[in-house]
Amino acid sequence: MTEIREPKKACGNCCTKLEHINVTLGVDSILEDINLHVHCGEFTALIGPNGAGKSTLLKVILGEVPYSGKLYFMDSLKNRPDSPIIGYVPQKLDFDRSSPVSILDIFASALSLRPVWTGYQKSIKEQAKAILSAVEGEHLLYRKVGHLSGGELQRVLLALALSPPPDLLLLDEPVSGMDVTGIELFYKLLHNFRKKYDMSTILVSHNIAKVSQYVDRIIFLNNRRVICDGPPEKVLTNSKLWETFKIDISQKTAISEE
Amino acid sequence: MELWYWFLELLPFSWVEFDFMKNALLSVILVSFLFGHLGAMVINRQMAFFSDAIGHAALTGIAIGVLLGFSEPLWVMIIFAIILSFGISYLRRISLASADTIIGLFMSFALALGVVLLSRGGNFNKYSKYLIGDILSITSQEIGWIILVILLVILFWIFHFNKLFLLSLNPSVAKSRKVNIWSLDFIFSALVAVVVTMSIQWIGLLVINSLLILPPSAARNIAKNTFQYIWISVIISLISGITGLMTSFYMGTATGATIVLFAMAFFLVSLTFKSKV
Repeated sequence: MTEIREPKKACGNCCTKLEHINVTLGVDSILEDINLHVHCGEFTALIGPNGAGKSTLLKVILGEVPYSGKLYFMDSLKNRPDSPIIGYVPQKLDFDRSSPVSILDIFASALSLRPVWTGYQKSIKEQAKAILSAVEGEHLLYRKVGHLSGGELQRVLLALALSPPPDLLLLDEPVSGMDVTGIELFYKLLHNFRKKYDMSTILVSHNIAKVSQYVDRIIFLNNRRVICDGPPEKVLTNSKLWETFKIDISQKTAISEE
Repeated sequence: MELWYWFLELLPFSWVEFDFMKNALLSVILVSFLFGHLGAMVINRQMAFFSDAIGHAALTGIAIGVLLGFSEPLWVMIIFAIILSFGISYLRRISLASADTIIGLFMSFALALGVVLLSRGGNFNKYSKYLIGDILSITSQEIGWIILVILLVILFWIFHFNKLFLLSLNPSVAKSRKVNIWSLDFIFSALVAVVVTMSIQWIGLLVINSLLILPPSAARNIAKNTFQYIWISVIISLISGITGLMTSFYMGTATGATIVLFAMAFFLVSLTFKSKV
């Protein structure tokens, strides 16, 4: 991993704060009165059924959707930098499999000022290779995105989100559609990076059992609101959570049976 | 221009006697270059339908210009196209799923409105040059405008290409890397709208979108990365443009449509590459 910035030690003082966040798109209310305080170094999972507003909450933090309420970031000196470094790992890319997009294209466009249509600098190739080697993906540099497996592509996107090392890492269902070995490797790498760098991590997930092994805290979102928030052992015993997920599962089976 | 004329007169072709052909050739080269670049990003951004709509809606732009009493309604067309592209990119922003339907409805409406307004009193034939296009009528002054637009696009391409590329990959990833996604989307949409609208009188609105879409579609089947993609698209666009112009000169056919047939041939050839890769 090429360090653009020195990794700092966890201090526990820096944070991301959301106060009374409401999001309305058109006439639909997506999120209502969200209050969260995410500390640095903390690994938080955001769980909830489809349509609960999980992805929208990440987009609020990114500044991609308009919201009312207060969102701010604070560093260890209690300063409020307007724009912390944010890494984001999406669920998927908006590309079909035949797109002429190589992995090098993605790194060059994100890390270099030189426009990709004028070619690739040697230094950016080496930098990208070094970054990829940290996610066991060195051999993927010249491949087309469509030729990667789901797991390989998500590892590449994780590596991209980590360069430069972010203050805040957001992952939106990063392992959906991956096989079991892929998921294991992804979480293992994520775990290693989290030991190396001091960053808050927010992971959106469906898989409660899997994430509870790794995270410090689970936030359960349903019907646009935070229902339950705390360490995994506390949240997992909440009856509302189990009710929701049972209903969710039975609905899915009902749909597939039709 | 003098230099260009002098250079062409060295060539052993009969058409070099005609100034209008020299102008046409230069403008075909410039427009093809522009379309090769922009078309590639239009496909990446999945905006093929958007540029088609802009082309068709130009008819309403012409009608508004004529009603306002302009003999050459180009400026009105361009302003209309920019407003329209703003509206469409706003729709893309707020309604995620049904944007295509809305664009389609709006395109039909603008096309019909344009035809109705322009055909009042049975004078539609006067405007058929916008449907078919006439590149032989291009003037030196208009070539100057094309060069200005190319310079603008190149500047935009130097400073914003990478951001636009990230945006087409995933808007949230682009946003996390501090790309101002909405204004970038709007500026690019407006740029495409201006280039398409400006070129309609030379290429013809019936085929203009094919000219934008076919070269990059062929390039997608061949290229392995973005660098190759852009330049293969530009090269195919240039070759189709030049051969199309020459063929149309000797056969007396409409230039825009002839160019499209050549671009289509390239697309068919590119399909054989696709199966190999």
